[in-house]
Parts: sequence; structure tokens; C-alpha cells
Amino acid sequence: MSAAVFEQVREHLGPVAQEATVAHGMLALLVEPPRVLDVVRTLRDQFGFDMFLDVTAVDWPEREPRFDVVWHFYSTRHFVRVRVKTRVPLADPTVDTLVSLYGSARYMERECHDMYGIRFRGNDDLRPILLYEGFEGHPLRKDYPKQKEQPLVPYRDVKP
Amino acid sequence: MSAPPTTLPNPIRPAFDTGTTEGSVIVNIGPSHPATHGTIQIVAELSGERVIRTDVHCGYLHRGFEKECESHTWHNLIPYVDRLNYCSALINDFAYCEAVEKLLGIEITPRARYLRTLLAEYSRIADHLTCIAAALMELGAMTAFLYLVTIRDYIYEHLADLTGARVTYSYGRIGGLAHDLPAGWLKRLEEILTEMDTFTGRVHGLVDRNRIFIDRMRDVGVISTAEAINWGFTGPILRSTGVPRDLRKDTPYLAYAELDFEVPVGIKGDNYDRYYVRMREIDESAHMIRQLVEMLPDGPLCVDDRRCTFPDKQLVYTEIESLINHFKLVMEGPQVPPGEVYSAQEGANGELGFYIVSVGGGVPWKVHCRSPSFVHMGGVHKMLDGYQLADIVPTFGSVNMIGGECDR
Repeated sequence: MSAAVFEQVREHLGPVAQEATVAHGMLALLVEPPRVLDVVRTLRDQFGFDMFLDVTAVDWPEREPRFDVVWHFYSTRHFVRVRVKTRVPLADPTVDTLVSLYGSARYMERECHDMYGIRFRGNDDLRPILLYEGFEGHPLRKDYPKQKEQPLVPYRDVKP
Repeated sequence: MSAPPTTLPNPIRPAFDTGTTEGSVIVNIGPSHPATHGTIQIVAELSGERVIRTDVHCGYLHRGFEKECESHTWHNLIPYVDRLNYCSALINDFAYCEAVEKLLGIEITPRARYLRTLLAEYSRIADHLTCIAAALMELGAMTAFLYLVTIRDYIYEHLADLTGARVTYSYGRIGGLAHDLPAGWLKRLEEILTEMDTFTGRVHGLVDRNRIFIDRMRDVGVISTAEAINWGFTGPILRSTGVPRDLRKDTPYLAYAELDFEVPVGIKGDNYDRYYVRMREIDESAHMIRQLVEMLPDGPLCVDDRRCTFPDKQLVYTEIESLINHFKLVMEGPQVPPGEVYSAQEGANGELGFYIVSVGGGVPWKVHCRSPSFVHMGGVHKMLDGYQLADIVPTFGSVNMIGGECDR
């Protein structure tokens, strides 16, 4: 069942994708950043991947381009998942937004922007969501120190 | 003498601060309002008592779960994942362990597989009881609340007998479970399930056909199947719209393929349907648990794999190999091969997924949790807009937002 869908997707999107592999029961497509929107639209409209599960990023500080942006989609018709992945550099961590295709992308792109500073072109609402207004930096980047503190309300100076 | 008032910075920037229509007002609800259990903040534009639009803010409980995961060994994360959905912590444990086991290429033992399934269903009952009890209490149904929470407390105490903790159990292990069932545990399980049937029956009698309850719940917070899928709703909310989408049936994991159970669905995706779907799921879970008690095989609990399973304590004290093995597992962590995996289970609220990336070694490179509550908060405005201000309370209650899971 799942294998058949994956074969069809691979046949159709193989020429567009840089890599298309199946691992742990999931098809993973690596595509170039400008092609993401088209690939996802094809996945949704032609192959029934109608649920946007997740978007996040992976930071590889030693690598150029530095970030992987990773999306997961689920098909409520075929009961399979697909992963779409692209690579963006630190200088321009921009990908197209998917809010035109999936409503749920709105919130999760805000989280990804918070945590990794990935910009989603076309999503005009990238306000902080898990962080607060005025938070500096992107905490899930590997170069953000874990112990760093940015208290919104300054600590009180308590005399011992 | 009080200190002079200081102006504190606003942690959020509302999406709107002026009304769209003549005479509308902007009202802030939460983050510490009793009806927004969990710290959620809703900025709502009201025309009279009607909600025109809402802007939902979360993040007040953000504690850097994913960042913290990147500096601990794979085993050390188990207490952290417990604290995501603290109403059904065992499901988090098992979902996380399953993801790591997939990377390690481990298949857990039959006893662990059935026991995990049993405990996941038991946790689901506790979670649904919490959700329904809280939602009913907010509507003034104190008796129903006490009936359900009584059973939930029996379950918590019963799980404490097994795991040593009432809420955050840290009971899953990569490759198995922490330890086996204590004597007499299954007997008490049946007693609790029998009592639960009585109490949920009483709650059905109290509220199902209650005029006040129906008026507050029927046709309130309606969402269609197409909208629910577009906004990423999963779990009981998606099923309440009338589609039987359940990962336990659609992509069977653990022992679900061998169990006989139904997927309850609603009619039109309103608050009443969400209440009823959860009540029916409690029945189905109890039905599954009774089957699992019969099916539970004997045998070892943990896989015999030195990469992740701790050696027997007796051997650690008497054998150098086991001592080194124990030391390496504690100090360096299980050596998980490089790779990435997304593994999802049907949590009590919906699809609970873990996306983990390993570069080899004892510490994860990245752990991402796809938490249903966070996704649901992204679409909850669809259920709030257009209804009355007072409807926010039951609608929000029926969504069952869990702050720990939402904000991570």
C-alpha cells in the first residue's frame, strides 16, 4: 500500500528532487528551496498528502548551507507520511511559506522562525510564539548557549 | 506600604488592537484566567457578547525542552518527555522510546509490547477523564467532575504502585520498560475498570440529556472535517467531525493490530461530539485493556541488547564486563546509529510525533516533538470565532490543551 504511493511519488517527483529515499517507512525528498512550494502542492493535490504535520529545522554549524528545513506530511487517504527537506544557508535562510496550502502551517512556521530564524517568505505573521517580544537570537541554533538568560522582568536584587 | 508600580514589558504583540466594527471592544482573556486552564492567552474582539475574532497566544510554559534534549543522553530524556503531556505521560514515554528504538533497529519483546499497549490505553483513560471532568466543572457540573476525578485518582494511585510516581512516571525504557508488574496489580486493574464503568454511567445519566449541558455544547464550536484537516487537527477533535482517523487503526503500532476495538466518531464536530467521542473512547480503551490482560504473555521485559538495556544489577557487582557496560550506558549513553526518524503514536489528544536526528553517539543531535496541543492552538480560533464569549469556556475545555505539551 505505502510502497505503491511512494513509487508513484518517486516516479513523478524524482526528476525534481535531488534525493528520494525510503527509510523507516517514510519517503524523504530532498529538494532545492525554490521548488518546495511546487513539490508540496503536487504532493497535496495529486497524492493526497492533505495534512501538514510539522515543520522544523536542523542546524549543522559546520556545513554550508547550514540549515535543513524539514516538513512532514500525512495522507489521511493512504495513511503514509512523507518528509520534504531543503537546505538553506545562514546568509539567507528563506523558504516559501505553505500557509496558502495548509492553515496549520501558520503557527508552526512561527515556531520555526522563533527557534531557528528561518524566514518564511509570504507569511506576514512571524511574531514570536513560544518566545516573547524582544527576545534576541534563536535558541535552537547550536551557537546559542544553553545557559544564556534573557529575563523579560529583571531579577530583583535581593540582599542576603 | 506597597512598592511603586512599575511598567512591565508586554510579552506579546496582539495581532490587532483596534476593532473592525463600530462599538466592538478588545478583551484580553488569560493567561492566568481560571477558565484557560493551562496558561493560554486569548485576545478577542467582541461585539456585545459575540466573538468577532480571536488571537491565541501560547508559550507561557515554554521551558526549552528541545534545547535541553541536545545535551543529555538518550536515556536521560525520558523524564523530560514525561513532562510534555502530564495527563498521559506514559504515552509520551512510549512514543519517544519507539522513535529511538527505530533508529537502533530494535524490536521490543512481546511482553513489553503488550504491556506498553495496556498502559497507553490506561493513560488515555486518565487523560480523557481529566479533560471531561475539567470541561464539565467549568460548566458547573461539580458532581460529574468529582465522579470522574475519583476514578482518575484511583488510576494515578494504581500507576504509582507500578511506577513509584503519580503523574510523571519515567517508566518507559529504550528497549523495554523499567520493571515488571507488582503482584496483584492486574486484579486491582479490573476492580478500577469495573468501578469506572459505574461512574461513567452515572456521568452519562447526569449530563447526556441535560438541557443546560446540551444548550451549552450542541452546535457550539463546530468544525468541519475539511477545516479540521486543513488546520491540522488530529485525535478526538478530528474524529468528532465524523471521520474515523485513528493512528491505532490506520498505521497500527504496538499490539493494536491484534485488538478488537471501534473508532468512535461524532456527527458534526461540535463540543457535544467531542465530549461524547472521548466518553466512548474511554469505553473502548477499557475494552482493549481487558483483552490485553488476557493476551499478556510471559517472558523477558527488555530486549537483550547491550547497546541500550542495562545489565542485571547482580552482574554489575560481580562481573567486570557488566560493570563496564553499566558505566558506559550511564556516562556515555546508548550509542544510537546516525540517522533521522519521525515516529508518531496516537496520543490522547492526537498525533504525538517525535522527529529525532542522531549523528551517532550517546546524545541526540536534535529532538523535535510534534505536539497535538500546539497544532490545535493554531486552529482553535476557527472554533471560537462567531460564538458567544461564554462559549469560549466549554470549547476551550473540549479541545483539552495541555500547556506542557503545547509550549514544550
